[in-house]
Order: sequence, then C-alpha cells, then structure tokens
Amino acid sequence: MTTQTLTHVANPELAARWRRATEEPAWVRWTLIGVALTFLALFLVLPLLVVLYGAFEQGLQVWWAAISEPDALAAIRLSLLVVLIVVPINLVFGVAAAWAIAKFEFRGKPILISLIDMPFAISPVVVGLIFVILFGSQGWLGPWLAAHDMRIIFAVPGIVIVIAFGTMPFIARELIPLMQQQGKEEEEASLTLGASGWKTFWYVTLPNIKWGLIYGVILCNARALGEFGAVAVVSGRIRGETNTMPLHIEVLYNEYMFTAAFAVSSLLTGLALVTIAVKSFVEWLDERNRPAIASH
Amino acid sequence: MFFSAKQRRVIPGFGLTMGFSLLYLGFIFLIPVGGLLLYTSLMSWDEFWSAVSHPQVVASYKLSFGASLIGATINLVFGALVAWVLVRYRFPGKKIVDALVDLPFALPTAVAGIALVTLYASTGWVGQYLNVFGIRVAYSQLGVVIALTYIGLPFVVRTVQPVLEDLEAEREEASASLGASRFTTIRRVILPSLLPALLTGYALAFARAVGEYGSVVFISGNMPYRTEITPLLIVAKAEQYDYNGAAAIGTVMLVAAFLLLLLINGLQWWTQRRGL
Amino acid sequence: MKKILRNTLVGGLATLLAGSVLADNITLLNVSYDPTREFYREYNRAFGDYWKQQTGDTVTVRQSHGGSGSQARSVIDGLDADVVTLALAYDVDALRQHAQLIPENWQSRLDKNSSPYTSTIVLLVRKGNPKNIRDWDDLVRDDVAVITPNPKTSGGARWNYLAAWGYALKQNNGDQDKAYDFVSKLFANVPVLDPGARGATNTFVQRGLGDVFIAWENEAYLSVEQLGKGQFEIVVPSVSILAEPPVTVVDKNVDRKGTRKTAEGYLQYLYSDDAQRLAAKHYYRPSNPEIAKEFAEKFVDVELFGIDEVFGGWEKAQNEHFNDGGHFDSILENIARR
Repeated sequence: MTTQTLTHVANPELAARWRRATEEPAWVRWTLIGVALTFLALFLVLPLLVVLYGAFEQGLQVWWAAISEPDALAAIRLSLLVVLIVVPINLVFGVAAAWAIAKFEFRGKPILISLIDMPFAISPVVVGLIFVILFGSQGWLGPWLAAHDMRIIFAVPGIVIVIAFGTMPFIARELIPLMQQQGKEEEEASLTLGASGWKTFWYVTLPNIKWGLIYGVILCNARALGEFGAVAVVSGRIRGETNTMPLHIEVLYNEYMFTAAFAVSSLLTGLALVTIAVKSFVEWLDERNRPAIASH
Repeated sequence: MFFSAKQRRVIPGFGLTMGFSLLYLGFIFLIPVGGLLLYTSLMSWDEFWSAVSHPQVVASYKLSFGASLIGATINLVFGALVAWVLVRYRFPGKKIVDALVDLPFALPTAVAGIALVTLYASTGWVGQYLNVFGIRVAYSQLGVVIALTYIGLPFVVRTVQPVLEDLEAEREEASASLGASRFTTIRRVILPSLLPALLTGYALAFARAVGEYGSVVFISGNMPYRTEITPLLIVAKAEQYDYNGAAAIGTVMLVAAFLLLLLINGLQWWTQRRGL
Repeated sequence: MKKILRNTLVGGLATLLAGSVLADNITLLNVSYDPTREFYREYNRAFGDYWKQQTGDTVTVRQSHGGSGSQARSVIDGLDADVVTLALAYDVDALRQHAQLIPENWQSRLDKNSSPYTSTIVLLVRKGNPKNIRDWDDLVRDDVAVITPNPKTSGGARWNYLAAWGYALKQNNGDQDKAYDFVSKLFANVPVLDPGARGATNTFVQRGLGDVFIAWENEAYLSVEQLGKGQFEIVVPSVSILAEPPVTVVDKNVDRKGTRKTAEGYLQYLYSDDAQRLAAKHYYRPSNPEIAKEFAEKFVDVELFGIDEVFGGWEKAQNEHFNDGGHFDSILENIARR
C-alpha cells in the first residue's frame, strides 16, 4: 500500500491529480478558513476582548487587587475544590459509560444515551429547584438531614452535587462517538492474542481515545468552573464562603465593580491558555514516544 | 431485557462498566429527576395544565425552542466548518483558535451575557454599526438567538473534531484512487463517518440552549410574550413561592428535551446500524 | 504532613479554648437584598466595634445579597440566617407563612414597623432632563421609554408599580379602573424588564436604554454619585410611596445556634444615632425624625403614602396585583395583544 502510494506521488502528473482528489484547491481552503475565522471572531474573540478590556482597563495593579482580595481568593479556592472532586468522578463515569455503549450491543441504548445527555437539556434553574425540593428544609429529605445535623444545600456538598450533575455528560459524550467510530476490532484482536481486559484497555483503547479523553476533561473542567445557574440557587451566596467564582463575579457586577468582575472573569478565560499548554504537552509526549514504539 | 448484552462477547467489562454507569446515573441523576417527576405527579391535572398552558408560558416555549433550533443549526453548519478547518488545514495561530473554542464553557454564562450585551447593545462596539442599518440585536429575539448560539458553539466542534482526527486518510485515498472527485469523497466517505458526531453535537447544542438562563436574561430584554424565555418564567414562579407551577413547567421542558434527544439519538443509532 | 496536621489541630483547639474563656467569637449571617451591600459593609464594621466594647465578644457578620424574594426563599429552604433585612414586609412574612421561622407579631417587635430606615421611589432621568419629565404623568407619554425591573421577580419593582398605581388613585379619586389604565399605559412604555433592580440600573446607566428609570431613592443617588457622575438627574415626583424595608431576627435559627442576644443587639443598634447617620450617608431615610432633620436637604420632602392605607397591606396587594392572574398579568396580556 505504502509503496504504491509512493510510486503514484513520484509521477508529477499523477501526484497533481492525487492532490485534487484528496485535498481542496488553495482558494477553497482559504475561503473556508476565512469564513470559519470570521465566525469565530464575531462569536468568540469579540466577547473575549470585552472581558479582557474590562479586566485590564485600569491597569495591572487594579486587576491584581481584584483577584487577590480575600473574598475572591475564597471563591477561587472553592471552585478549585469542586473541580478536584467533580472531574475525576465524571472521568471514571465517562470511560465506563462509553465502554459499555460503544463496545456492546444492547436494547435501550438510545434511551441510555439520551439519559446521559439530559443534564445538558435540563435548565440549570430546574436543577437548582429540584435540589431545593429534595434537600431544602421544607423539602422531602430536609427534616431528616436537619435532625442528623447535615447540610447539603447552602453548603459545599450541594454545590458539588449540582456541578457534578451539570457536567456529568461531557466526558462520556466526547468518548461515545469516538469509540463507536473506532469499532472494536482492535480490542478483539488484542484479547484473542491473550492480553487481559485491563491490559487491552490500557494499551489498545486508551491510546486510541486519548484525544477525546483530553477534550472531555478540558470541557468538564471548564464547565465545572463556569457553572452558574444551578449553583446560584443552592449556594446561599454567603460572601467568602459559598460563593464560587461565577457567583463572586455576579456579586462584583451587582456592586458596580465592573473592573473587578471582569478581572475574575479573565482568570476563567485564562483556562484557554492552560488548554493550549496541556494539548501541546501531550502532543510533544506523543511525538517523543512514537519512534520508541516503532523500534519495538 | 433492557441494558443487558445480547450475547457473550469477546470483550469483557460489560457488567462492570454498565453497572457503574447505571449506579452513578441513578445517584446523580435519576433520583433528583425522579424527584421532580414525582413532585409534579402529586399535583392535580387541572393545576398542572393551567400552569403549563397559560398563553404567556406557551409564548415562552415558542421562543425558547425556536431560538434554540436556530442557534443549534447555525452551530451545526459553522461548527462542522470550524472543526474541519482546525483538523485539516494549517494556518498561523491555529492552536490559539483551537483553544478558544472552549471559551463559552469556561466563561460563566452571566459573564457571557454581559459581554454580549456590551457588544450588541445599540451603544455597543458592534451594535452601533448594526443600528445604522436598523438591526436591533440586544433586547430582541435576535439577541436570544445570538446568546444561544454562543453558549452552544463548542458542542459541534468538539464532537466532530476527534472523529475527524481519527478518520483514516486511507479511506479517502482509496476513494480517490477509485476515481471519485473530491466532492464525491466528502459526500460519500467523510460525511457519513461524521454523521453520528454531527448529530450528537447538534443534539447537545440544542438541548443546552433550551435550558440556558444566565446569559440570555442580560441580552433578551425579558418582555413577557415577546422575549421571555421559559427558564425565566420558572424563576419567576419560584420567586412567588409557587413551586408547583415552577415544577410543572420544568417537567414540560424536561419531557420535551428528553423526547427530542431520544429522537436524535435514535436516528443516529439507526443510521449507524444501517451503515454496519 | 502529619505533623502539620497535628499542629493545626492543637493550635485550633487552643484558640478555641482560649476564646471561650475570655470572650466569644460569634458569627452572624445577615441575609439581605441587593441595594444594601454598601450600607451593611460599613455598618457591620461599626457594629463589630460597638459590640466588642459592650460585651468583649468579637462578632463577624457574614453577608448574603440577592433579589429580595429569592433571598427569602433561601432562608425558608434552610439558609441559616440569624437576621434578615429584606426589601419588603411581604418577603419577610413569607418566613412565617411558609416555614414558621418567625412569630406572627414579628413586625411589632421593633420600632417603626421594624424598619430602621425607609426609602421612597423616585425618577432618574438623563442629564438636562431632555424629555422634560416632571411627574408620574410624563411616564405615560407616547415619546417616553421607561425602565423598571419586573415586579414578578423584583421587590423594588413592586414598590415602583404600587407607587404609580397609588399616584393614579390619588389623581382619580380612588378610581381603581383608571389606575389600572394608567399603569397599563406606563408598562406599554417599558422596552426591557430586567429580573432584578441592579440589572435594571445597568440597563439604564450602562446600556443607555430608556428616558427615565424608576428606582429606589438610594439606588438613584448611588447612580448619580458613583456610576455616572454628572450624567443623570433625580426627579422627585409630586407623590410617592413610603417604602419600608423591614428587618427581623430569625427566631428558629438564632435559638438553635444560640446567637439570639447578639442578633437582637445587631438589629437594635440599627436604631442608634450612629447607625441612623450611616444609613443617611448611604441615602436611606433615617426613621429617627431627629436624625432625619440633620439630612433635610439631602432628602426632598415629598408627600408619601403607605402601603397599608392605600393597598390594605402587602398580602392584599400581592394577591390583587402580582400573583398569577392578578392585575399585572392582565396588563401584560393586554399589552401583548395590541
């Protein structure tokens, strides 16, 4: 196959025809890039500029003061704590669910997938409402919780649960189409050759789904940090205590401290930079390992 | 039997992965959602119906679902294009653009709403120019569409991207060597492989848009019957201690969203089976 | 690692013990509505000093702010507020109606209907008053766009609505139908209904939408002084409503937490001369007439009517006007139909 391709390419006329058939002409390419970038500029870059402009309008010192103020630090700490709990749990769930759905045929699969999608579809407002109905002191479990001196809503556990709920689908949903598209031949081959299930997953499946997994974690992470609507209902908005970063931003905005509000928002947009770093690092690892594998 | 493998397979782990998935789903998801449905089912039919069929509520359904459909469709077209450009072409600043796509997830929805209204209000950076042509974005239904497009933007890109990256070049080459034109290759080889991911992204963007609250309230103007979305009505009901009304409307949204997701996922499952 | 943990534990325990011997560290939670942030931030500091002097205890007051209605709901659902300081009595009374957190007579436990400071509803216009808005009548003119939050979700907006309604009643000898028409016309001029008071302020000030903004007096002053100096003017209408934002101790919570004494002291101190002056500084009208006199030039004398005399109390007003199927709903329906 490879040699055949090479002979094709060796012939200039054939090579040109080959390119025509496997890639687009330059003008099409640049038009598509232009349209895509214009769309992104309008929808992504401009809002980002608004945030950054707002954040740094009054200089670095004001920006730093806004994010190093005790209430802001408390909000950052709380948001990070939530992410540290929520992302690993959803990671395990995502891989498990995708494995079950992509590698096996069973009845009711569309129903299961739709159930996994549901947290996207449920309004954050409704999520908050549900948890208040269940765990509020007027709610069904409220009196029991109060009797045992346990707090779910208006405390950290409630915030963790609603965010876990809202971000549950991200990793699963990223992996399912990818693993479905890949099929199961490679795993079956590995297993027939005598590798154990875990080994197969570790050495065959995981490298294949790596990108989807990373995307999923990044999305889950981003969403967990940015979740607003449901948290607003169950947090109680106690300054310095149950305010996550988005809630703290809202508080600042409502205090007419626009610069500070945008400063804290700019931290969340900084996540995009972390994304670049992580992706580049994994790509670098990938390239460094490849020759090693080839030499086996 | 639901949720059990039809026959023994070579691949192990069905029990473990399925068991854990269902357990987690049950704990984090089915208990609360079941709670809502149970709560609603305790209401009388008349109470439920009058809450969910009020003209003001019906007007909000039309806006929420209509604007979400438009937003998701915009995202389907442009999301696929962005994913294609990011995976297949090289251009300066590509990595930065790639990372930026996730921004609508990272930015709290309220901040997104504030940023968008800053741009599109008639005094805003973009709005003042649109105003010259008599186009009003902020405080109109168009504003709702813009906000819903923004928050759903990453879905299609991020579901299509990994599949596209994984698509083996051999299949395109094979198609080309069999004499197919580029257009035919895209239509007959690439598009079918992308279809499940496209549908997934579409479904997710749509579903997310229907429930969106934080960003929309800043840009829509929130006028009842015209620019008021359903989630805002739920908030208003709860604000008046009318948990029953809020739960009833919430249930309608829940069921509608589930049916739509089921439709799209069923369609996808069906196309996939047909393809095999 | 273990050592650090142990040290922290021992240290923490020591502080705890030392604290209980010498003086208490007490934490209160004050659940309030949006426009009071600036006032309570300063008041909490003043009260901390005062209480330390009186009792030796150190008080930390935590704050929670949001829309008045949703804040009341949080307390009903279990947010363990020691005191609530909300926008209107209806929201406070909800604590009794829906969760029996406070007794029936809560509003008579403190002076002045439990409202240590009052406010009223005024009109904020753009600099130079280009549309020449003088009174409520000008708000129903065809060429005027009015900004107000949604009375369904904002406590402040309910005061706005009732102020306009009360004015129309006065003009038409108590004719409810005419008042209904007047308020209908007013809301037909509203292009945007923000869910909360602060959102509406931003719409008017930041986005430049609308010709007149109906607002709390203190919010209007804040906009004039801080948000856009020199860009806005306050128009005081001929007649307006006496807005009484009440405060109360949440009995069930303070009794469980053992913070009643401090919580009651916290609210009592709101009536002290110092606190009254502080309220005036933040543009709330002091309920103590002596202190109010000191600020006579700040607060324009305006004919104010109370909610009890004109609307028969909050519960009745809420039922007739704002609940589902009330006047406000039918007004919106008529506007939509046109």
